[in-house]
Amino acid sequence: MVHAVTSLFQRRVALGASFLAAIALVIILNRRAPGAGDSRVAVQFHLSNIAAEAGIDFVHHGPTLDAKLDNIAPLVAALGASVSVTDVNNDGWPDLYFTNSRFGTGNALYLNRGDGSFVDIARDAGVADVNRPGEGVSMGAVWGDFDNDGLEDLLVYKWGYLQLFKNMGDLHFADVTEAAGLRHWMNSNGAVWIDYDRDGLLDLYVTGYFRSDIDLWHLKTTRIMENSFEFATNGGKNRLFHNLGNGRFEDVTDRMGVGSTRWTLAVAAADFNGDGWPDLFLANDYGPEELYVNDHGRRFVLSRVGLESDSKSGMSATLGDVLNRGRLDAFVTNISVRGYLFQGNNLRLNFLPELGRFQQGAEGVITDAGWAWGAQLGDLDNDGRNELFIVNGYVSADRDRSYWYAMSKIAGANGNVFEDARSWPAIGTASLSGYERSRVLVNRGLAGWTDVAAAVGVSDEYDGRAVALVDLFNRGVLDVVIANQNQPALIYKNTVVPANHWIAFKLVGTRSNRSAIGAEVTIEAGGTRQLKVVDGGSGFASQNDRRLHFGLGSAGRVDRAVIRWPSGTLQTLEHPTVDRLHGITEPGR
Amino acid sequence: MASPSLVASRALWARLGGLDPRYPVSFLITLILVLGEARYGILGGYDRLATALGVCVATELALSWWLRGGFANVASAYITGISLALLIKPRADLLWPFALGGFLAIASKYVLQYRGRHLWNPSNFAISLLVVAAPASVAILSHQWGNDLATNAVIWCFGLLIAARVGMLHVTLTYVACFVALALARSGIVGGPLLAEIAPLTGPMYQLFIFFMITDPKTTVSTVRGRVIVAAAVAVAETAIRLAGDYHVAVLRPLYPAPPILALAIVGPLAKALDLYREARSGRSS
Repeated sequence: MVHAVTSLFQRRVALGASFLAAIALVIILNRRAPGAGDSRVAVQFHLSNIAAEAGIDFVHHGPTLDAKLDNIAPLVAALGASVSVTDVNNDGWPDLYFTNSRFGTGNALYLNRGDGSFVDIARDAGVADVNRPGEGVSMGAVWGDFDNDGLEDLLVYKWGYLQLFKNMGDLHFADVTEAAGLRHWMNSNGAVWIDYDRDGLLDLYVTGYFRSDIDLWHLKTTRIMENSFEFATNGGKNRLFHNLGNGRFEDVTDRMGVGSTRWTLAVAAADFNGDGWPDLFLANDYGPEELYVNDHGRRFVLSRVGLESDSKSGMSATLGDVLNRGRLDAFVTNISVRGYLFQGNNLRLNFLPELGRFQQGAEGVITDAGWAWGAQLGDLDNDGRNELFIVNGYVSADRDRSYWYAMSKIAGANGNVFEDARSWPAIGTASLSGYERSRVLVNRGLAGWTDVAAAVGVSDEYDGRAVALVDLFNRGVLDVVIANQNQPALIYKNTVVPANHWIAFKLVGTRSNRSAIGAEVTIEAGGTRQLKVVDGGSGFASQNDRRLHFGLGSAGRVDRAVIRWPSGTLQTLEHPTVDRLHGITEPGR
Repeated sequence: MASPSLVASRALWARLGGLDPRYPVSFLITLILVLGEARYGILGGYDRLATALGVCVATELALSWWLRGGFANVASAYITGISLALLIKPRADLLWPFALGGFLAIASKYVLQYRGRHLWNPSNFAISLLVVAAPASVAILSHQWGNDLATNAVIWCFGLLIAARVGMLHVTLTYVACFVALALARSGIVGGPLLAEIAPLTGPMYQLFIFFMITDPKTTVSTVRGRVIVAAAVAVAETAIRLAGDYHVAVLRPLYPAPPILALAIVGPLAKALDLYREARSGRSS
């Protein structure tokens, strides 16, 4: 019939028009790809960098490595900026610890004076001078009271020897690494405190990036790089140290089955499957994420939970209840760059109890945050939903020269080629995904996420690595602290519309570890549930305030708060008062 | 006396030679798909494969009926659909690049013609267009497939075998030889490691390129000598793009993610048009 009423010429013209229309559609749809920030959503908070006013002048310096790596030095040495939150002197004001990564530079411990200002006491406290030849350089730190004396102790993980500092209580620390049996050389970029056997003592899981037999300042070989961009297993071995309770730790990695060699960049611990035992979630570079399910403290089982075939470049293990289901989900950052690579970030919605697996929940703007590193989920506007703050950018150097093309030469090659650092083209002064802007994504529940970074005042283009959320000034809002690679730290003070309510909890364990790391609090308010877990280290090279902060929106009343302590004790608080911090001590037996 | 298995192999080889080249090529690309998906999950979702394949086949059937009054063999559309599914790596949640790419690939055969013949390899056209026109949405296969030697070896063995049988081995070998020679030259000019210049050849994008795109019988020129010259010209054009990338020539930035594919998209149609023109002229004079 069609042939009867149209000539061949007409049909060809129609096809030509359709062809051109399809090309036009490609261009139009491409323009709609997630990119610039969107300020159409009415924002209820504003962030201002007050680092200078607060007296925080920390500038990170990256490591200087063996000259054999000179061709790709900016790329290899692009890690080490970290931030972790603690209350080092139990004065109720959160303090900040930043790591540095060049020999001779000091780490910084900023003591919160409670008047809006901070002072660096790291040198006097004995936790500054840790970046020394022969000892290695800092990559990050996590705080936890490993000896349950009520004072937060410090583990610094390094490209070099681990260092454990015992808090002596007078703003001084003692290096107890040797006595604790932790003097191990690891090229580590992550660690988490976890009481995996629920004996009330914090154990320690430390990840390996480069192999531990590699001294990055005295290389015996340049075959130190990954042997696959997707399925590499030639990274450093992760290690689990069991706290024996006498100040010593025992390496139980092999016995517990958690010695992944997958270039782990980040780790987080939480009870994902609801069996009461904390599991380990690993974000691995050059490979799929891994979930090690804790089998009643006896061993860990690497589980097939929907993560195995999705191989990317995991860089942050971020935890949060994304949809207010009373369930901890995981967000993992990856790499996206125009024309070359769209790995997409992963939002692992936790359906382990029902389906035995995670479901991918990343869609739209959340998938692309450039070369994304640290990320944290927290309720920045106190509306009762977690926002997502993502920092990004790898190497910001010459704006007009990009290393992406040069890297693409070897990215598709056989692994034997790029395992040797000498085979990599020289990066010179080129950038690699540099000058990227951070993302601030507002959570609209099932409607998705909206990037409001510009609208809320976040416009920096630093090479962000670590981000931590903390109510720095005890105002009932979450502020944002960022550690940037080779650049100054940022302190984004948060201003939130006052109409929204909040509630916060500071937990102290008795039968559980005193830091209450791993404790979960679920609140029910305004017809929704929210779950948060006390953080022993999460994101990338970061640790949040261990006080748990919940936004409540317009709900002026919390029906109940249920605390599940690591010991297994359940504690219910009926109608806790809103707009205040509750200090809760674990009840006795 | 030859063993029975040898005799059977020879018989199979002879039969393969008589086949429409699209069938062994279809077999090879299916093998790559199955191997890659089983080992590495290369597709990133079966919805991508279904979309690309479905649109390619549907477009081929619809357009052949609409413009020619009969249904075309869909083997070519099948190869194009799988090539797109393997080579396009868009943002995780996008399916439109497979749908529009599939339509544009097949439609290009009917629209972009010269003297009744299409000029671009269909998947080459669609991928080039997507890479250049939609860089915020589409990337090209880069480091997938585990960077694994064993998988590479299997594909190279089958690829060479089938290229030989469909009479296009000279194209593959010419391009590879030129690529290696020019890699040496680039290494000398740029001063970078030779391995880095040769390395792309061991990657999956190149396997698809040298066994499915540059050897496409429908879009290669008519003489062996001509095909050798064109393969070399593609390698030279690719080298020009690569050198521009090494020296950060901003205006050519959209070409850097996929130098061989874009080089073929530039050189291939010109060569084919010239070939058709010469053919027509010699036909007239004879």
